[in-house]
Amino acid sequence: MSLALTKSIALLGLDGHVVTVEVDIADGLPAYVLLGLPDAALSESRDRVRAAIVNCGEKWPNRKVTVSLSPAWLPKSGSSFDLAICIALLSAHETIPPELISEIVFLGELSLDGRIRSVRGVLPALIAAQKAGIKTAVVPRANFQEAQLMQGIEIIGMDHVREVLRWLRTGDRVQADEIDFLWQPVDDVLDFADVAGQPQARLAAEIAATGGHHILLIGPPGTGKTMIAERIPTILPQLTISQALEVTAVHSIAGSFAQRSPTSLIAPIVSPHHTTTRVAMVGGGAHVIKPGACSLAHNGVLFIDEAPECPSGVLDSLRQPLEAGTITIARSIGNVTFPAQFLLVLAANPCPCGKFSGRGRNCTCTSQQVRRYLGRLSGPLMDRIDMRVHVDPVGRVDMARSELGESSAEIRARVIAARKISSARFSEYNWELNSQIPSRALRTIFQPKKEAMNFLHDELDKEHITARGLHKIIRVSWTLADIHGHDIPTLADVVQAHELRGGIEL
Amino acid sequence: MQTKNNQQTGAFGEEVVAQYLSGLHAEVIERNWRIREGEIDIIALYPSGVFAFVEVKTRSSVAFGHPFEAINREKAHRLQRLALGWLATHGCLGCEYQIDVAAVLIAPDGSHSIEYRTGVL
Repeated sequence: MSLALTKSIALLGLDGHVVTVEVDIADGLPAYVLLGLPDAALSESRDRVRAAIVNCGEKWPNRKVTVSLSPAWLPKSGSSFDLAICIALLSAHETIPPELISEIVFLGELSLDGRIRSVRGVLPALIAAQKAGIKTAVVPRANFQEAQLMQGIEIIGMDHVREVLRWLRTGDRVQADEIDFLWQPVDDVLDFADVAGQPQARLAAEIAATGGHHILLIGPPGTGKTMIAERIPTILPQLTISQALEVTAVHSIAGSFAQRSPTSLIAPIVSPHHTTTRVAMVGGGAHVIKPGACSLAHNGVLFIDEAPECPSGVLDSLRQPLEAGTITIARSIGNVTFPAQFLLVLAANPCPCGKFSGRGRNCTCTSQQVRRYLGRLSGPLMDRIDMRVHVDPVGRVDMARSELGESSAEIRARVIAARKISSARFSEYNWELNSQIPSRALRTIFQPKKEAMNFLHDELDKEHITARGLHKIIRVSWTLADIHGHDIPTLADVVQAHELRGGIEL
Repeated sequence: MQTKNNQQTGAFGEEVVAQYLSGLHAEVIERNWRIREGEIDIIALYPSGVFAFVEVKTRSSVAFGHPFEAINREKAHRLQRLALGWLATHGCLGCEYQIDVAAVLIAPDGSHSIEYRTGVL
């Protein structure tokens, strides 16, 4: 028999498609034809597969080899088909029984000596395989930990083509250490105890973590804006398993496990540099659509330092994912939707020189420069920011104090308790966090106490706040009520929420 | 430049293939038909009436790859052009024909093996 087929997975964003890899060996002059819209990396598979086969001591068929990846209309990319092509080819060459491999998914890139290298997107690929009813999958051992997150499918981690061949021919294989897999709980490298002083910003971070409110930190350089932002994941509740799977799937597509373990339960934090492009922020790419920073921060924190320095448009590209919680990228090869539910934390200096705080005595900027600087943050974006908090320089009293501030563990305990209250309150609705309460509900069921509303309506009359701002304040006040243990927001909660929002009028 | 030894090797391979074709009851019409564009090693007529234009590759070792690997796409297409040229000059244009290739491997002890593929284009 000179025809064999096996399975692999093509990924388009997070969606996997099962691809049948067929290899036909026909009489004729030695040739290798690859069908099924391969990209450059995939076309190069011919030389990798050939070298790997020869270097494993197998024979390369000096005949006409036709490899077809079907469905043929689906554009395929990357090196993850190498292993499937290699195995199907050897089977078509009658060295492996073809019936063994026809229902197995093979993923992996081959090195020239036959070792199996890691590939991107193993977890989403396996999710697709399981949906298609595949029972067994062979993955690179380097991706084994990530692959094991997938339940209900037999995962076999392999290091070398020879190992795969021995298994297919004799049935024995090295049983991998499958116990190795454990969800990793929160580490304690970063801790809020490190932050000196800054009671206002600490409170704002706690509120942000509790209610999912987006936040802007404004302050001169060196006051701890970045420190605070980096520590927000340490006070967010641990991810649930399904949330962690979503995060791992996105990171798997991006191939970014150098920064983050696939089995981590810590909320991710992504801090793109302020020179980042729109594509890097929201995702994109012509042949392979990769998730951007906002998707990598899914279920976690997107922290943008020096936000006013961002090119215009980059921050505004976040407006749509902020509303929808997902981002859809349309390219010629197809539409791809990535999840993008993140907590946005922006940090900014108060002015170009950074010293316009307190009495602003050291600031060298003109008043117009100061006004323009924060004006670069567009109105529609600022409107989605619930809290604008000034982070003032730390005084000698705070720095000299020897006892540390509150630790992340203590704050997290409060965050979890407060979230429990709010999720119980919203049990019959389709939202979970205070920041997600729709405005209609704010005017009816979820209205604060009467005197609190009177205060807000007065502010509205004085044109100190807008109608939209009023809703934002009420949402934050609900979070404050949860933290303080009030059933509904009191006047004090609303005033505090108003102060947190009103840090600066933009 | 072909050395004398290589020419002998090639001639030996062609002889082997010619005998092989006779064994298939094919009639060898012409050997080493040469025009300016190139040469056809063997032209044969099968009992079924199909003309076969055979390129023979003879090797005494596989150190430089399998003989068939020496026939690339360009060379195969040149064979096709030559075949049409032969058919045209012999008034057989429109006859059924095929391009065959044969690999002859000569082992150090003098024994040889033949690999024959029909209709490679």
